[in-house]
Amino acid sequence: MSAVHSTGAGEGITDRIVTEEVDTLKGPILYLEEISVSFDGFKALKKLTLTIERGELRCIIGPNGAGKTTMMDVITGKTRPQSGTAFFGQTIDLTKLSEPEIATAGIGRKFQKPTVYEKHTVFENLELAMKSDKSVFASLKAKLSGESRDRIGSVLQEISLTDRAYEPAGLLSHGQKQWLEIGMLLMQEPKLLLLDEPVAGMTDEETMKSADLFLTLAGKYSVVVVEHDMDFVNKIAKTVTVLHEGSVLAEGTMDQVQNDERVIEVYLGR
Amino acid sequence: MPDLPKTRVMEKSLFSRLYGPRGWIAVAVLAFIALVVFPLCNIAAPAGSFFHISDYAVSLVGKFMCYAIVALAMDLIWGYTGILSLGHGVFFALGGYAMGMYLMRSIGHDGVYKSDLPDFMVFLDWKAYPWYWKFTDNFWYACLLVMLVPGALAFIFGFFAFRSRIKGVYFSIITQAMTFAFMLLFFRNDTGFGGNNGFTDFKRILGVPIATSSMRMTLFLLSAVVLILMLLMARYLITSKLGRVLTAIRDAESRVMFTGYNPVNYKLFIWTLSAVMCGIAGALYVPQVGIINPSEMSPANSIEIAIWVAVGGRGSLVGAILGAGIVNFAKSWFTVAFPEYWLFFLGALFIVVTLFLPTGVVGWFSRFAKKEVKA
Repeated sequence: MSAVHSTGAGEGITDRIVTEEVDTLKGPILYLEEISVSFDGFKALKKLTLTIERGELRCIIGPNGAGKTTMMDVITGKTRPQSGTAFFGQTIDLTKLSEPEIATAGIGRKFQKPTVYEKHTVFENLELAMKSDKSVFASLKAKLSGESRDRIGSVLQEISLTDRAYEPAGLLSHGQKQWLEIGMLLMQEPKLLLLDEPVAGMTDEETMKSADLFLTLAGKYSVVVVEHDMDFVNKIAKTVTVLHEGSVLAEGTMDQVQNDERVIEVYLGR
Repeated sequence: MPDLPKTRVMEKSLFSRLYGPRGWIAVAVLAFIALVVFPLCNIAAPAGSFFHISDYAVSLVGKFMCYAIVALAMDLIWGYTGILSLGHGVFFALGGYAMGMYLMRSIGHDGVYKSDLPDFMVFLDWKAYPWYWKFTDNFWYACLLVMLVPGALAFIFGFFAFRSRIKGVYFSIITQAMTFAFMLLFFRNDTGFGGNNGFTDFKRILGVPIATSSMRMTLFLLSAVVLILMLLMARYLITSKLGRVLTAIRDAESRVMFTGYNPVNYKLFIWTLSAVMCGIAGALYVPQVGIINPSEMSPANSIEIAIWVAVGGRGSLVGAILGAGIVNFAKSWFTVAFPEYWLFFLGALFIVVTLFLPTGVVGWFSRFAKKEVKA
């Protein structure tokens, strides 16, 4: 590691920065209350109320059109709710912040379709995602410090992409792209991870590996997973929330949920 | 942890970050040709000798170098950031007009009417300069305007367009409308920029006569130096983290946004910078060709700029310069040999490049080079 930059004080603008901690000591990390969203009369969310505790791994399931993705859009600032409140920790009002501000506050989001920078190398993808000062001029002057490089190295290992670090991300398989995107979220050092169908298109082996990864993430981060793959949900979930037509239908352990009359009705026909 | 090999991302010195040894040699060779060989062939080689380069060729190549600066600016915004502007001609023309105002002022009393005012103002029966002509007799103030006017227009336009998240073809269309609107504005005599005749008949710059071969050579060398500096600056930008963010915006803007970057600021920065580069190119161009008029703002001119970059290779700085050179050499030859077919040829070229050479001439060469290595 001799060829790496020294990490003297004052050097390394990309170095991870210290931000104000999200205040979660007194309550949940995410608190949605009576959120309603409608698009041209179609009610995507109807008075949705949901809380996520610190360090929790929550799975959210529900049929198509249940409002899972809309809920993520509300949390990340892409969609503004018509009514209701959304708080991150005790103090951060999500309905007042822009997407980049919410990301900086500590919410990372993985899209349904893996979204990575195809022309950049895997390494560069992680470098860009790293928690740092993300203003234009900071980026212009940014230099990669040894510490940051080590951080990228350890995330590369976590997502099993070390030997492909210098290949363009576009050459990765679908499952590997999913992992790279998760790696990018880890580089952001978020407090809360939102994963939209993270194992879609993965092989069984990759899925099982992902399950292990997510289980290690829970505790360190709060994780919300939206997923259709029931086997996968069964493997990782402690608490499952079922959404239906824009509001919570049931919540509980996988067993409780699977035996709930209304859930069976919604999933198995009416 | 396994030791990662070094990449350019981690390059410590600025020098090695911009280009590898071979790249620097190429830049040095091109600079040597432009700054030493070419001028020597013009000045030292006797007329009629094989090595002689005519004054005409000097001003032609000088003009192409101004176009190459515009192509670089276009490549930064289109090739690297994925924002296609079809109105870059307006920034080029505004830079040219700003310099043109100074050149008009420095004609002094040597115009046809021997007046304090430029001929076109006498013709309109104006008695004094309009307010916006104030101080334009100062060369350095004019140089400031060359950058400020296109920069300010781009900033204001970009601020509203990017903040409203106008993207893709919609953005291209409104840039096209913008340059068209400016062309109509500048065509009016009342606008105070000489109407459809624009500015011409320049006499001197900083007191030095303009129509001499030494002035031509000075402007040529200045254009070459500015082009090289712009290339290095653009290279500095795209090899920085900022450059990687720009390309990331091109490839997956939503991911950039949800990673905590505000794409509006990044787009606004590169868009404004690109406009300023065009303004400088326009200011170098006008004294070399001796005229600026509103036709520089015509939509077709702006589209041509995009074609230069497409032909050379989007997302390659050298490609942009090459593209500007290739298309313009072809244009000067074609418009003499088959004047009526030039636009057909240009159209065909654009189609062929889009269909068969999506990465432009540079992409084709590098693919060719790779095959060579394999064979």
